[in-house]
Amino acid sequence: MKSAVVLLPGLNRDRDMIAALTKISGTPPVTVWQTDTEIPDVDLIAIPGGFSFGDYLRCGAIAARMPVMRAVAEKAAAGVTVIGVCNGFQILVEAGLLPGALMRNTSLKFVCRQVKLEITNANTMFTRRYQPGQIIRSPVAHHDGNYFADADTLARLEGEGQVVFRYAEGTNPNGSINDIAGIVNERGNVLGLMPHPENLIEAAHGGTDGRGLFESALGIAA
Amino acid sequence: MIKARITVTLKNGVLDPQGKAIEHALSGLGFGGVGAVRQGKGFDVELAESDKAKAEADLKAMCDKLLANTVIENYSVTLT
Repeated sequence: MKSAVVLLPGLNRDRDMIAALTKISGTPPVTVWQTDTEIPDVDLIAIPGGFSFGDYLRCGAIAARMPVMRAVAEKAAAGVTVIGVCNGFQILVEAGLLPGALMRNTSLKFVCRQVKLEITNANTMFTRRYQPGQIIRSPVAHHDGNYFADADTLARLEGEGQVVFRYAEGTNPNGSINDIAGIVNERGNVLGLMPHPENLIEAAHGGTDGRGLFESALGIAA
Repeated sequence: MIKARITVTLKNGVLDPQGKAIEHALSGLGFGGVGAVRQGKGFDVELAESDKAKAEADLKAMCDKLLANTVIENYSVTLT
């Protein structure tokens, strides 16, 4: 399985994402830079976490308007799998590839800890290696993960099973509406989530809870 | 040249924890009767343009495309 990782100035989880994709798929991902207008033929595109463009204006706002994101949008429209983690989620939302917005944590504090996630929908291409309702652990590290959507959008997301991950057991770290941690687009091929599953994929991380997400998305047998 | 001020504010009903924190800090400083504080952003923009209507249309497009996130924010444009 071939994958690509999008690089933008200010991202800092790109190495983690590259390591995770390399270890799980067996092939190092290609990297694409912010000014690239074309993305090679790949099965999966990942946008890592960090602080692209210093979080200026709004988190992900500048990155979302870079040429590479037009290429990501074209690939997503063609059905290629796209994952945005943390800042990557913020970028996908700002680019209009996912609905809603990510706002400042209600605590106004940067949160860096482990949370629990419920697999709200195990019928997506990102969660098919998990059981419905399964609780997994995942690290989070962000200042602006407070997901918000207007009532109509929220009802649609919930009704169509587009809420894929929810903070569980009182571990919502940011005040997000309906405890939403991750959503997919209508077509189901674009996922955004605030937690960092790429940081829990091998024994040395203290667990492999995040591995199933990448195995699902890459179509790799567990 | 045309100068403009753009103000971006959160829509009603969108929680503003930063505004709340500022509100509490103002009360802490002894300013009584502060009802509510909402935080926004301001942009002063200079345009090499003489047609006011064209400038206004461009500035609105800038807000829609970048300066405001219309999911959560409103904006207003004032030529100064």
